[in-house]
Amino acid sequence: MNDLGLPLTLFVSGLATFLIRLSFIAGERWLPRGEGLHAVLAYVPAAVLAALIAPELLVRDGSVLLTADNARLWAGLVAIAVALASRSVMATIVAGMGALWLLQWLGG
Amino acid sequence: MTSTPSSPTARDEFLAGMRAELPLLLGVVPFGLMFGVLGLAAGLPAWAVVAMSSIVFGGASQVVFAQLWGAPTPPAVICTTVAVVNLRHALYSASVAEWLRGLPWRWKLVLAYLLTDEAYAAALVRFRDGPPGAYRHWFLFGTGFTLWTGWQIATVGGVLVGAAIPPGWSLDFSIALTFIALLVLAVHRRSELVAALVAAAVAVLAQPLPHKLWILAAAAAGIAAGLAARRLDAGRAAVEQTP
Repeated sequence: MNDLGLPLTLFVSGLATFLIRLSFIAGERWLPRGEGLHAVLAYVPAAVLAALIAPELLVRDGSVLLTADNARLWAGLVAIAVALASRSVMATIVAGMGALWLLQWLGG
Repeated sequence: MTSTPSSPTARDEFLAGMRAELPLLLGVVPFGLMFGVLGLAAGLPAWAVVAMSSIVFGGASQVVFAQLWGAPTPPAVICTTVAVVNLRHALYSASVAEWLRGLPWRWKLVLAYLLTDEAYAAALVRFRDGPPGAYRHWFLFGTGFTLWTGWQIATVGGVLVGAAIPPGWSLDFSIALTFIALLVLAVHRRSELVAALVAAAVAVLAQPLPHKLWILAAAAAGIAAGLAARRLDAGRAAVEQTP
């Protein structure tokens, strides 16, 4: 499954992305334009990214982990603070990884 | 920059597009390096990490792909999630469509493939404010081509660096950190914050759903909550949306 699965998943993901980019360029006559689409799409980045982040910080092996020794949660909170202050992807990654390594070192 | 009376040639437009894109590479190249490193950290083989940068060619969605593949997640859910992450490109497509009208199909296909956040952002000013010019699509080609080249080189560089980093450094966590930075940059309005908080809560609570469907459930709930919370947005945006 995984031998064929990865190339196929890559191909379909790429094709879907390409068709989204081609949509209005190729078919503006047939596609609806307007406020509705805009309003919905405006919330996609915030919703999808938050959905992907929360379990990374809060869930371990299928159960919610709200304890003081959850290093990823604390490192994530540090990263959120640094992201708000710096608005830089690089600074956020450096601060978050630094916090995680420090906590793992202190805890291990 | 003032425009000369004679209309620019295809070469002029292409080179101007490249020049307009170069400053944006400052942000794109580190992100591409990061993607190369964390793609390997998520468990993807090197060939897939490199191939993805040409096949999908969309930064955040590629990081999402890597994370979900490492989870692991059913392929259909991965493809759907990548598509949802890239849905915003439909807006760029709608925006540039009027300027690409009448071009041959081969141009429409190539420019659609290259239509990413940064290529669009750098070309928008040229299309909106610049002189009409018969070759202005070459400008978008210039921004897209430059971005594409930088992204491919950065990805390969990241894979080479990533292969040298020993496991046990928890580098997979840098995926979540990338998302945190992008999320903070994406939230401008209160309703977007509501969308993020609701999506985060649903993502945690809906973990037991089969086939990793919590991702799409959380995204849908977040979008619905954001739309419902639009009245919280103060200022012009809220006024515009009142019927």
